[in-house]
Amino acid sequence: MMPIAARGWSAAFALAVLALPWFGHEDPVVALFAGEALPLVFLAGDRLWLLPLLVLPAFAQFAVRHDRPRLLVATAAVALAWLCLEGFAINHRGWTWQWLGVIFGGKPTQPALGWGALLYALAATQLAAIGLARQGWCRGDAFVLGAILLILGAILIFVFSPVMTVLISAVRDNNGNFAPAEFWAKFTDRSIWGLECLTGAGSCGAAWNTLALAVVVGLLSTLLGLAFALVALRTGLPLKGPIRLLSLLPIITPPFVIGLALIIMFGRTGFVTTFLYQTFDIPRSRWLYGWPGVTLAQLLAFTPIAFLVLVGVLQSVAPSLEEAAGTLRAGRWRTFRTVTWPLIRPGVANAFLIGFIESMADFGNPLMLGGSFNVLSTDIFFAVVGAAQDQGRAAVLGMILLGFTMAAFTAQRLWVGRARYTTVTGKGDSGVPPPLPLGLRAACYATVLPWLLLTVVVYAIVLGGGFVETIGRDHTPTWKHFLIAFGIDHGVSGWFLSGSAWNSFITTMWLSALSMPLTAALGLITAWLLARQEFRGRGAFEFLTMMSFAIPGTVIGVSYILAFNTPPVELTGTGMILVLAFMFRNMPVGIRAGIASLSQIDKSLDEASLTLGARSWRTFRLVILPILRPAIIAAMVYSFVRAVTSVSAVIFLTTAEYQLATVYIVGRAEMSEYGVALAYSAVLIAVMVGALVLIRLLVGEQRIGRRSANTAETAPVGLAAS
Amino acid sequence: MTQPPASVPAVTFQTVTKRFGQVAAVDAVSFDIAPATLVTLLGPSGCGKTTTLRLIAGLEHATAGRILIDGQDVTHLSAADRDVSMVFQSYALFPHMTVMENTCYGLRASGLNKADAEARAADKLRLVGLTGYERRLPSELSGGQQQRVAVARAIVLEPKVLLFDEPLSNLDAKLRRRVRDEIRALQQDLRLTVAYVTHDQEEALAVSDRIIVMSHARIAQDGTPRELYEAPASRFVADFIGNANLVPVALRHADATTGEATIGPLTLRLPHRGVAPGAALLAIRPHALRFGAEGIPARIAHAAYLGSHMEYGVMLEGHDVELFAVAPDIAQPLAAGQAVRVSFDPAGLAVVSG
Repeated sequence: MMPIAARGWSAAFALAVLALPWFGHEDPVVALFAGEALPLVFLAGDRLWLLPLLVLPAFAQFAVRHDRPRLLVATAAVALAWLCLEGFAINHRGWTWQWLGVIFGGKPTQPALGWGALLYALAATQLAAIGLARQGWCRGDAFVLGAILLILGAILIFVFSPVMTVLISAVRDNNGNFAPAEFWAKFTDRSIWGLECLTGAGSCGAAWNTLALAVVVGLLSTLLGLAFALVALRTGLPLKGPIRLLSLLPIITPPFVIGLALIIMFGRTGFVTTFLYQTFDIPRSRWLYGWPGVTLAQLLAFTPIAFLVLVGVLQSVAPSLEEAAGTLRAGRWRTFRTVTWPLIRPGVANAFLIGFIESMADFGNPLMLGGSFNVLSTDIFFAVVGAAQDQGRAAVLGMILLGFTMAAFTAQRLWVGRARYTTVTGKGDSGVPPPLPLGLRAACYATVLPWLLLTVVVYAIVLGGGFVETIGRDHTPTWKHFLIAFGIDHGVSGWFLSGSAWNSFITTMWLSALSMPLTAALGLITAWLLARQEFRGRGAFEFLTMMSFAIPGTVIGVSYILAFNTPPVELTGTGMILVLAFMFRNMPVGIRAGIASLSQIDKSLDEASLTLGARSWRTFRLVILPILRPAIIAAMVYSFVRAVTSVSAVIFLTTAEYQLATVYIVGRAEMSEYGVALAYSAVLIAVMVGALVLIRLLVGEQRIGRRSANTAETAPVGLAAS
Repeated sequence: MTQPPASVPAVTFQTVTKRFGQVAAVDAVSFDIAPATLVTLLGPSGCGKTTTLRLIAGLEHATAGRILIDGQDVTHLSAADRDVSMVFQSYALFPHMTVMENTCYGLRASGLNKADAEARAADKLRLVGLTGYERRLPSELSGGQQQRVAVARAIVLEPKVLLFDEPLSNLDAKLRRRVRDEIRALQQDLRLTVAYVTHDQEEALAVSDRIIVMSHARIAQDGTPRELYEAPASRFVADFIGNANLVPVALRHADATTGEATIGPLTLRLPHRGVAPGAALLAIRPHALRFGAEGIPARIAHAAYLGSHMEYGVMLEGHDVELFAVAPDIAQPLAAGQAVRVSFDPAGLAVVSG
C-alpha cells in the first residue's frame, strides 16, 4: 500500500493545477492571488501544449489509489519532462528555437512560471520518489529519495543551469546568435592575457593579475596564519584570547570595509601618509591604489581564515608524537622539521588553496583599491554595468575565473582533501606540546605583533571612524554621519525614517533573515544525506553541492542575471532572486557545519531509531535534529552573517526597490563619504553581533552529556563572503 | 492473519549474498533460526557476522538471495518496516532523551499513545531492574545500566526477532558474566527469538542454543555448542572454539566409524567422522593432555600458575609445535625444562581434515 504521504503529495499535485496561479507575476505575493489556475489559462487561450500537464494529476491519483508505483513514477517523470520541455521551448516572445517554429508554425507565447508550476514540480518530484522507493530504491526510503531528488533539482536549477548559461552565452554574441569567432576574439583579448607589464610597455591582462595576486595572497596569508597559529598554540604569550577574537571579526565584517580603512590610513590624503609627509617629507603618492593595496587588504581579510584552518590542523597533531620525538633525542628544531611540519603540511596546502580561491573570488577590495590594476572579478562587473556594456565579455571573463577557481577547488578536494593525517584518536592524549625552537619563535613574534597592531588599528577605524568628524584629522565625536544614515525625524505625518540608509538596511535584514532558515535547512539536509546515506552517484552529488563554494560571487551574480531574466524562470528584480542567491551561495556553510557535527555522532543512533520502527523522516526530526542543535545555530548564524556581508553576487541583482546595505556602503565610499560608510558598517557589525547572541538564545543549547556544544566556533571554516 | 504454524522458522536466509563493491561480506549464506531459541553468530572480526545481523535488521540490503522473517519475505523491506529490534554494541541510546523517552520511542513510532506506551515501557524497565531511573539521561547512567535501557528499549516492542550486536564488549569483565546470564534468563523467560553476534567463543558457548561459526563470509559450521566443541568440522572451528592444539597425524580407517591415528609412538582409536585416510590433523583440547609414566616423551617449555589451575607449554619429542595444556593439579606442579611423558584423554580429541 502507498504511504500516507503519497496521498498528500497527490493532492498537492492536483491543487497545483486546480487552485494556484500557473503563471508568475513580478511581485510573488501579488502573484499568489492575482494569477489564474491552469484550467482557466487553458480555457482562455489556445495554449494547447498545456493539456498534458492538466491531465497528469488524474493519472497520479489513480496510481496512488491502486498502488501502481511504476505508473506513478512514469506520470511524475512525464510531468517534469514536459514541464521543462514546454517551458524552455516557448517563452514570452514565441519559440525559443527558431526551427521549432518552422516545424510547428504559429507564434505561441507564455509568461514565466508561477506558484502553481512550482508546487507542480515539487509534488511530481516527491511522487516520483515515493514510487521509486516502493520499488526498492534507496532501501525503500521515500524521504531520503525525495530529499535527494529535491536538492538535486534545486541545485540543477539554481547552480548548474546558471553556470551553464554563462558558458553558453560566452559563445554567443549579444543578440543571442552562435558566434565562435567573436568568442575567440574576446577570449584571447589582450586585456585578459596581455603580458606587457613584464616589458614595461603597459599593464598586464586581468587573468595574469588575478593569478599572480591569488598566489601571493595565498602564500602570505598562509604564512601569517601559520605564525598566528603557532603563537596562539605553542607559545606562552597571553595573546590567545585577542587573536581568537580578531580572527572572528572578519567573518562579520563586510569585506571591502578593510579596503576603506586602508584608504583612510594610507591613501593620498590618509592620515599616515600625511604624517609621513609632514614629519619626514616623504612625498604623497597613490601607491595604495593597485596591487599593493589590494594585496594588503586581502591579507588582512583572509589571514584569519588561514589561521582558523591552521589552528585546527595544529590541534590535530597529537602532542605525544612530538614528545616521542623528543625522547628519541631529537632537538626542538629536528622535532619541528621531521614530525610537526610533515604532519601539518597537508593542512598548510589546504590553507593556501583556500586563500588562493578567496583572493580570486574577492570583489570588494579590488573595487575599492584596484585603480588601474584589473582583476577578473571587477572586470566582470564593469563589463555588465560599465559604459561599454557587454554581457558576452562578462560571460567570457566569468568562464575564465570559474575555470581558475574550479581547478583550485578540484585540486583541493582530490589532492589535499585526502592527504590528511588525523592523529587525534578517541583516546585521551595527555602530552604537552614542546615549545617552539628559538629562531622560529622569534620569527613568529616579529610577524605577528606588527600585524596584530595593524589589524587593531584597521578595526578601530572601522568601528570608530563613523562617529568622529573626520577620521585621522578631526576626532571630535559626532553623531552627524550616523544621523545621515539612520536619522528618525518628526514631520507633518508623524515620525518617519529620514535616514538615507533605512531602506537598504531594512531590506538587508528582512532578506537575510528570510534566507537564514532556508539556507540552514538546505545545508543541513544535504549534510545528512552526504554523511549518513549511501546511494548511487553520491560522489557526484557531493561534488555538485560543494561546487557552489568554488563559484565566485561575481560569476553567480552574472549567471543569475543571464539565467533568470526570461521565462520559464523569471526572477530578476525581485527580492526572491536575492534570497535564492544567498541560499545557494551560502549552502556549503550549512553543509560543512552539518557534516562536522554528524561525524561526531555515532551512526548507530540513526540505525537504532530505524530498527525501532521509526522511518527516516521521524528519525531525522526526533533524533538527528535535536542532536544537531549546535550545527543548526552555526549554520543559521553564518548564513545570516554571510548574507548581510555579501557584495559580489548581489551587486548585480539589487534594484532601487531591493537595495542592500553593502551595495549602499560601496556607493557611499565611492562618493568619498567615508564617515557615513563607516558608521553604517559599524551598525551592521553591531547588529550581526546582536543577531549572533539572539539566535543562540532562541535556538538554545541542550545538555546531552559528554558532547560539547562548541561546533559553532570551529565548524564552518569556509570562505568568507566576497 | 492466522498464526503461522510453530514449524515456521523465525528467520530464514536463502543463499544470501551481500557485496560491498567487489568484496563479498556475506557469501551465499543459508540458515534458519527456530522460534524461541538463541542463536549466536560467532567468528573473528571481518568474517561477516555483523553484516549478517544487519541484513536481518534491514540496515543492509542483500545483493542476492532471500531473507524471510516469520515466513514473510522481507528482502526488500526497510529496517523500519521489519518486526525486529536490535541492541547495539554502543547501545545507541538517544543522548537527548530520558530513559523513559528512549524506551517509549519505538512504541510511539508505531503509533501508540503516550500513556499506553509509558505503561508498557515502565513494565519492561521494571523487568531489567531500572525502576526509578525513568527521568535520567543516558549520560547519567553507568555502562551496565545503559545496556539495560538498550535491552528494555528493544524488548518493549515484542519483536519477532531480537538482535544483539556484541552487547557485552563495552562492559568490564566481571559485569560481562552477569549481564550474559541475565540476557539468557530473559530470553528463556520471555521465550524470545534472539540472534546474537560475538567474537568471544566462551560467551557463545555459555548463552547459545545453537552457534553458527562464520569464517571468510561463509558458514564454517552450524550446530549446538556441544557439537561444535566435540566434533569440529574443520581445523578453523577446532582452533576457534576451545583453542584446540592441532597436531599432524597419520589416519587409517579401521571400520565404518572408527579410525586409528598415529602420533609418534602412540596410536589412538577414535571416530574418524568421515575424514579421509592419510595425513590429517588431531585437535587436542588443552585439558586432554595427561602427564604420567607412559606416552610420548615431551618436555615442559614453560609453566604458569593461575590460581585455579596450571598452564603449560609442552614440546612433544619429534614435533616442533608447542602444545598448550591446562592441568588442574596445582599441588604438585611441573617445572619448566622438566622431561615428562604425555598421553591423551580420548574425550578431548577429534580428527579433522588437514
